[in-house]
Amino acid sequence: MNLQFTIDILLLAFMAVIAIAVVRMRDLFGVAMLFSAFSLLSAGVFTVMDAADVAFTEAAVGAGISTILILATLTRTAREEKPRKSRDPRVPLLVVTVTGALLMFGTSDLPRLGDPNAPIHTHVAPRYILESPKEIGIPNIVTSVLASYRGYDTLGETTVIFTAGVAVMALLGIRRRRRREGDEKEPD
Amino acid sequence: MKFLQLYNYEIAIFLAMAGFYVVVSRGNLVKKIAGLSMFQTSVFILYISMGVVTGGTVPIIIEGAISYSNPLPHVLILTAIVVGVATTAVALSLIIRINEAYGTVEEDEIHKQDESF
Amino acid sequence: MLHHTVLRVVAKLLIPVILLFALYVQFHGDYSPGGGFQAGVIFAAGIILYALIFGLEDTMEALPPGVLKILSASGVLIYAGVGLETIILGGNYLDYNFLAHEPTHGQHLGIFLVELGVGTTVFSTMLLLYYAFAGREPGQ
Repeated sequence: MNLQFTIDILLLAFMAVIAIAVVRMRDLFGVAMLFSAFSLLSAGVFTVMDAADVAFTEAAVGAGISTILILATLTRTAREEKPRKSRDPRVPLLVVTVTGALLMFGTSDLPRLGDPNAPIHTHVAPRYILESPKEIGIPNIVTSVLASYRGYDTLGETTVIFTAGVAVMALLGIRRRRRREGDEKEPD
Repeated sequence: MKFLQLYNYEIAIFLAMAGFYVVVSRGNLVKKIAGLSMFQTSVFILYISMGVVTGGTVPIIIEGAISYSNPLPHVLILTAIVVGVATTAVALSLIIRINEAYGTVEEDEIHKQDESF
Repeated sequence: MLHHTVLRVVAKLLIPVILLFALYVQFHGDYSPGGGFQAGVIFAAGIILYALIFGLEDTMEALPPGVLKILSASGVLIYAGVGLETIILGGNYLDYNFLAHEPTHGQHLGIFLVELGVGTTVFSTMLLLYYAFAGREPGQ
């Protein structure tokens, strides 16, 4: 428990440093790389908190696909952020501080971290954990909930992914690149 | 003392507010999308922290485990992660088209060209 | 000497392992962390690695965009089709108990098919996104 707490705090502290660096940095390639590191560290936090499937997905999707897409966008647009001339920097800071304070006040009533008697653990989850080996028979409870108990949501999610593919192809389109003779360059 | 026991939630809220600040105060569109994605990831940390059970293990049935972490937040966040990358991809393709139409991705210059506000 | 020799050699060693690992994650989603989403993304990441090092033209010849478009639609159709199959066999929509003679076997089969559909759609959509972004000429 103590080791888990230490690793958790260290990873979250790294993520806080990265978040502040992303706010301040103007070189956009650096921002993309820091974003990738942020996703990877969050995958580490998920692993420490016993969420193996989520860590897997976040590492593959956040540090892989999302970073590639941001880098691909950056090679077709600007590489540095221009400084903002007209706006007052104090108003966004005020908005963010007020929102953060309200959220912290709102989450202060939650039960202690990891409490087994919290309401979230006593209503629906025991039914899934106890009945899943008998009704479905596979060891991974997350897969059984995702694919069988909550199968409609996963159908909707698959449709959302397909729709995003359709939308990007409507916006950008795919141009079939033919190989030219003597072409040794590699693309961006 | 109760405040210090909820450290996961507070750091997750701080990270979310950092991402939110990037969206609100910076003018470059690509950086806004990166900040929005960081905001989403911090919200996932908030949700997964709610599903932790002390002394529990990964929700896969094995011999000798006493209790398991709550699998329901994991399922919700799995869906949310993939939907998040789908919306990020559509937003980035819109930014590429904006760059081709306006010649820039800075918000001030786009507003000036459009004569909005 | 070719450009980026080290990258090419290491990629040739790694890419088959990555693709094999993606298939392992897809079909062992019942017994270990994994499933359709993770497998589709890892498979796409392996192909994107190939495209980054060996060129987008070669990748588009190996996996044409037309085939990927068909694959991504058929993944959703497999998922919805499993639901229709259970209606035909007498149950509710996506009620896997009716897919086999015994309920747990039906659930296994249903989850297998559904994860296959999800993995196919995720893989082909991620690769199509990469084609659309990387194939765009700057200043087009």
